[in-house]
Amino acid sequence: MKQIPLGIVTLIAGILITLISLWVGQNNHLLPEQASAQAPLVDNFFNVMVAIGTALFLVVQGAILFSVIKFRRRRGDNTDGEPIEGSFPLEILWTIIPGIIVIGLGIYSVDVYTEMGGMDAISHHGMTHESMMAQPNSNPIGIGSTPANEGKPPSLVVNVTGMQYAWLFNYPDSNVNTGELHVPVGQDVLLNISANDVIHSFWIPQFRLKQDAIPGQATQLRFTATKTGQYPVVCAELCGGYHGSMRTSVVVHTPEEYDRWLAENRIAQQPEMDRTVAVNP
Amino acid sequence: MTQLETSQITTVVTEHELHQRWKWYDYFTFNIDHKVIGIQYLVTAFVFYLIGGLMAMAIRIELNTPDADFLDPNLYNAFMTNHGTLMIFMWIVPAAIGGFGNFLVPLMVGARDMAFPKLNAIAFWLNPPAGALLLGSFFFGGSQSGWTAYPPLSLITANTAQTMWILAIVLVGTSSILGALNFVVTILKMKVPSMQWTQMPLFCWAILATSVLALLSTPVLAAGLVLLLFDINFGTSFFKPDAGGNVVLYQHLFWFYSHPAVYLMILPIFGIMSEVIPVHARKPIFGYKAIAYSSLAICVIGLFVWVHHMFTSGTPPWMRMFFTISTLIVAVPTGVKIFGWVATLWGGKIRFTSAMLFAIGLLSMFVVGGLGGVTLGTAPFDLHVHDTYYVVGHFHYVLFGGSVFGIYAGIYHWFPKITGRMMNETWGRVHFALTFVGTHLTFLPMHQLGLQGMPRRVAMYDPQFAGINHICTIGAIVLGISVLPFFFNAIWSWLYGPKAADNPWDALTLEWTTSSPPAIENWEVLPVVTHGPYDYGRTVEVNQTVQTASI
Repeated sequence: MKQIPLGIVTLIAGILITLISLWVGQNNHLLPEQASAQAPLVDNFFNVMVAIGTALFLVVQGAILFSVIKFRRRRGDNTDGEPIEGSFPLEILWTIIPGIIVIGLGIYSVDVYTEMGGMDAISHHGMTHESMMAQPNSNPIGIGSTPANEGKPPSLVVNVTGMQYAWLFNYPDSNVNTGELHVPVGQDVLLNISANDVIHSFWIPQFRLKQDAIPGQATQLRFTATKTGQYPVVCAELCGGYHGSMRTSVVVHTPEEYDRWLAENRIAQQPEMDRTVAVNP
Repeated sequence: MTQLETSQITTVVTEHELHQRWKWYDYFTFNIDHKVIGIQYLVTAFVFYLIGGLMAMAIRIELNTPDADFLDPNLYNAFMTNHGTLMIFMWIVPAAIGGFGNFLVPLMVGARDMAFPKLNAIAFWLNPPAGALLLGSFFFGGSQSGWTAYPPLSLITANTAQTMWILAIVLVGTSSILGALNFVVTILKMKVPSMQWTQMPLFCWAILATSVLALLSTPVLAAGLVLLLFDINFGTSFFKPDAGGNVVLYQHLFWFYSHPAVYLMILPIFGIMSEVIPVHARKPIFGYKAIAYSSLAICVIGLFVWVHHMFTSGTPPWMRMFFTISTLIVAVPTGVKIFGWVATLWGGKIRFTSAMLFAIGLLSMFVVGGLGGVTLGTAPFDLHVHDTYYVVGHFHYVLFGGSVFGIYAGIYHWFPKITGRMMNETWGRVHFALTFVGTHLTFLPMHQLGLQGMPRRVAMYDPQFAGINHICTIGAIVLGISVLPFFFNAIWSWLYGPKAADNPWDALTLEWTTSSPPAIENWEVLPVVTHGPYDYGRTVEVNQTVQTASI
C-alpha cells in the first residue's frame, strides 16, 4: 500500500484541529449564566481564547505524544538521534505566529474592555456629595459607562460599602439601606464602591464584573442587568477569617417589582431615618 | 581570569587535601564547598516542602465540605498563608536556584567553586532561621493575610506573627540577593577559558537570567516589607489610609518583585529542562541560541508585567491595557522554549528514565498552565476570574506541574552525580504516575470552580461547589501519597543504591567528567572543552571528547 503523502496528512490534521477548536470554543459551557450587558462581551472573548488555546494545546500535546510513541528508544538501540541543531525558518515561524496571536488578542482585549466601559477613565457623573467627601481620591477606578451611555447620567446610583464581613448597600436618592442589592432589569446602574476596614472585592460572577473595594480609594462598577433573578455577590479579596462567608445576593427585578420593593423599604426604614436626623441635625 | 582561578585553587588546596570526601557531619556546618551548600539547600528545601505539603493536605481536607468544620477559619488562613510562603520561599526558590544552581553552576562552567564561597555559605544559613521564624509564628497565631500580605489586613491581623513573617521574607530575600550576585560573578568570570559562550550549558544561561532578575527586583520587595514592618510596629502610616497612606502603593511594591518571582521559580526549571531533555532524547537541543536568549527576554519583559495582578485593584484603565499587552508578550519567548523542547524530542531516541518522564510531564503540564496564563493576562477576562480558583488552578499548573516536576526531573537526573548512587527507576515511574494523575485531578477542576464563581482563599464556600471540591481533595490525597515512593526511594538509594558511574547517562556537559560524587575541588585538573554541551549524535565518543589537560 502506498503511504499517504505528508502534505495531505498535515492538511487533514489541520482541518480537524481547527474544527475541534472552534467547537470547543463555542460549546465549553464553562461559564455561569449571563446576566449583564458586559457578560456576553467577556464570554465571546473567552470563547475565542478557548478556541485558540485548544488548537495550540492539540498541536503541542499531539507533537509530544507523537514523539513519545514514534521516537522512543527501541530495545538494544544505544545510538543517538540525528544531530539536528535547529532550523532558523522554523524558529522564526514559531516566534512570529504566537507573536501575531498575542498582539491580536491584545488589541481584541482593548476593544472588549472599551465596550465594557473600562476605558471611561474619569467618572464625572453620578458621584453623590456624601461619597465625594468620604473619599480622598475623587477619580474612581473601575468599569464606567459603556460607549453607548457616554455622558449620560446613570438611572440608579447605589453606594456599596464593604466591611468585615458584609456588604452594605445605600440608595442615596431614596434613603434606603440594605444588605442585599436590588436593581431593575435593563437599566444603567452605577455602584460607588468603598471599604471601611480592609480591602474587599465586589464580584457578581453572573455579571462577569469585579472591582476591589479599597479603603481610601473610590472605585465603581457601572452595568446594565439583562436578566431578572437572584445572583450571588461574592467577596473576592481575602479580608480575614470569615472572608468565605462574606456573601450576599443581587436581585434583578422587573421595573415594577423594583419600584414596589423600593417603596416598601422606604416606608419600613422611615422611623430610623427620622431618628438619625434628630440625633444629627 | 586565570589569576582568579589560580588563587582560588591554591586557597582550596591548602584547606583540604585533594580527593578527600566530606563526612556526614560536614553537611551540618558552615561549609564553603558549593556542592555541600547545594545539598544543604536541596535537603532543607525538601523538608519545608513536606511541611508545606502537610498544610496543603489540611487545606484540602477543610475544603472537602462547604463548611469550616475541620480547621478554625483563622488557622485555615494561617495554613493557607504559610503553605504559599513555604512553597515559594523555602522550597521552589531555594531548591531550584540555591540547590541546583550551587551544585551545578561551578561544575558546568569548569570552576572549582563559586566566586565567593563564604558569601555562599552565609546565603544558605540565612534560610534555616527564616523557616524557623515562619513555623514559630504559629505560636502567635500564624500570619493570616495571605502570602501577598496586603495592608490593611496585614496591619490589623496577628501582628506578632505578621512581623515574624516579614522578617523571614527579608532574610530569604537577602539570601536570594547574595546568591544571585555570586552566580552572576561566577558565570561571567570563572568559566573555564576553553568554553565559549555558545558552549555554556543552557542551565547556566537560565541561572544568569534568574540572578539578574533577582538582583533587580528583590530589593523592591524588601523595601515594601520594611515599610509594612514599620507600619505594624513603629506607628508609621505608609499604608494606612486613614492617616494618609496608600494601600495600592504596597501592591505595586509587592508585585514588582513577586511577579518576577514567578520567573525566579520557573527560569531555573527551564534550565533543568534544557539539560535533561537532550541527554535522554539523545539529540542536540533544538535552537540553542533561541532558548538561551529567550531566558534573557523573559527576564527583561518579566520586569514590566506586574500590574496584571492588580487589574481589579486601584489601577487606571491605561495601566490595565498596557500591562495586558506586556503580559501577553511573555508568551512568545516562553513558546519558543516549549517548541524548542518538543522539536528536541522529535526524531530523538527517547529513553524513558524517571528524569525524562518528569521532564515530558512538565512540558505537557506547562502548556496547560501557560495557556491559562495567557487568558488571565487579559484585563477584560481577568475581571471575572481574578482571585478565584481559576487562578489557583493556573498557578499550580505552572508551579507544581512546572517547577516541582522540574525539581523532581533534576533530582532523578543528577542524583547519581550528587550522591554517587543510582535511584531506583521502577519506584521513580510509580512516583511519576501518581504525581501526574494527582496533579491533573487536583488542579484541572479548579479552573471550572473559578469560572463558575468560587473565590480563592476561603475556608467556607457555596454548597453548589462541593462536588468539584471533593474531586480536588481526592487528587490532593493522591499527590500527598505520591511523595512517599520518592521519599523512600531517595533515602534508600542514597544509603544502599547501586554505585553510580561517573557518567551514567552518557551526557556531555562538564559535571559528568568528574567522579560521582565529585571530588572536593571538582577536578584534579580542570577540563578542556572541545565540543558543545549537546553534541549528541555526532560520531565522537563521549569519553574521548573530554580530554583533560593541566592548567
